[in-house]
Amino acid sequence: MEDFTPISGLVGGLLLGSATALLLWLNGRLAGISGIVGGLLTPKSGDAGWRVVFVIGILLGVFAWTLLAGGGDLVQIETSLPVLGVAGLLVGFGTRLGSGCTSGHGLCGLSRFSRRSITATLVFFGVAMLTVFLVRHVL
Amino acid sequence: MVRMFVALFAGMLFGAGLAVSGMMNPAKVLGFLDVAGDWDPTLAFVMGGALLVTVPAFWGILRRPRPLLASEFDLPTKKTLDVRLLGGAAVFGVGWGLSGFCPGPAVAALVPALAGGLPAVFVFTGAMVSGMFLFGRLSGKPAKTAE
Repeated sequence: MEDFTPISGLVGGLLLGSATALLLWLNGRLAGISGIVGGLLTPKSGDAGWRVVFVIGILLGVFAWTLLAGGGDLVQIETSLPVLGVAGLLVGFGTRLGSGCTSGHGLCGLSRFSRRSITATLVFFGVAMLTVFLVRHVL
Repeated sequence: MVRMFVALFAGMLFGAGLAVSGMMNPAKVLGFLDVAGDWDPTLAFVMGGALLVTVPAFWGILRRPRPLLASEFDLPTKKTLDVRLLGGAAVFGVGWGLSGFCPGPAVAALVPALAGGLPAVFVFTGAMVSGMFLFGRLSGKPAKTAE
């Protein structure tokens, strides 16, 4: 567990939670990233603007943190490019089919005690853990 | 206009949260998902920290008749479990386990990728958006989403 970083994890989590609460409290919207990005691909009129702005916000927030913290090991990828391509398709298609991802079901849904989101969260965490187990310890 | 500013600010907090927490880093996420390996529990602390805010906040917010700056809350209406939900979550789980990327971090990681040296992020995020686009084309009218 040499990589365990509970403090920055907790602080980052508080930021994610604050962002999510703020968006619901003021704008009445759930901060589910697959829904926000996916909604841009099949836009309804008057509904695209805030999605674009939110995504730009994410990029600015990361950029600000990168300036403060320096580059370093912010993103480490060991997966091969072909596998990443397949995984990306699965993540994009699956989150839209299942109506949500780690933020929409995992964070917003659990906070609303939604039965659908609790179920989806258990399924994608379970399947992801099984996938990692197969890739790292069996294959 | 004010709502746009709120969306921008909330996005910035969200992006900062992903970066600070380490969840923008697929290696760290895979460290959590790899329960049989050198397990890194950080993701549970991120989720815990976030829920510490959202569970009480959502409880208070959703008791109000409407959000502060909009006419109504935009929430999913579906209540029943169905094959689409379970199948979608499973498909997402496979992709997440293969890569360590879910949608938020895949967007956030574009920043270090643009700063240089990470073509792999463009491959993943490009494929992810293609997968979303494909779903939109196949399904025609998407169901109201949870997120």
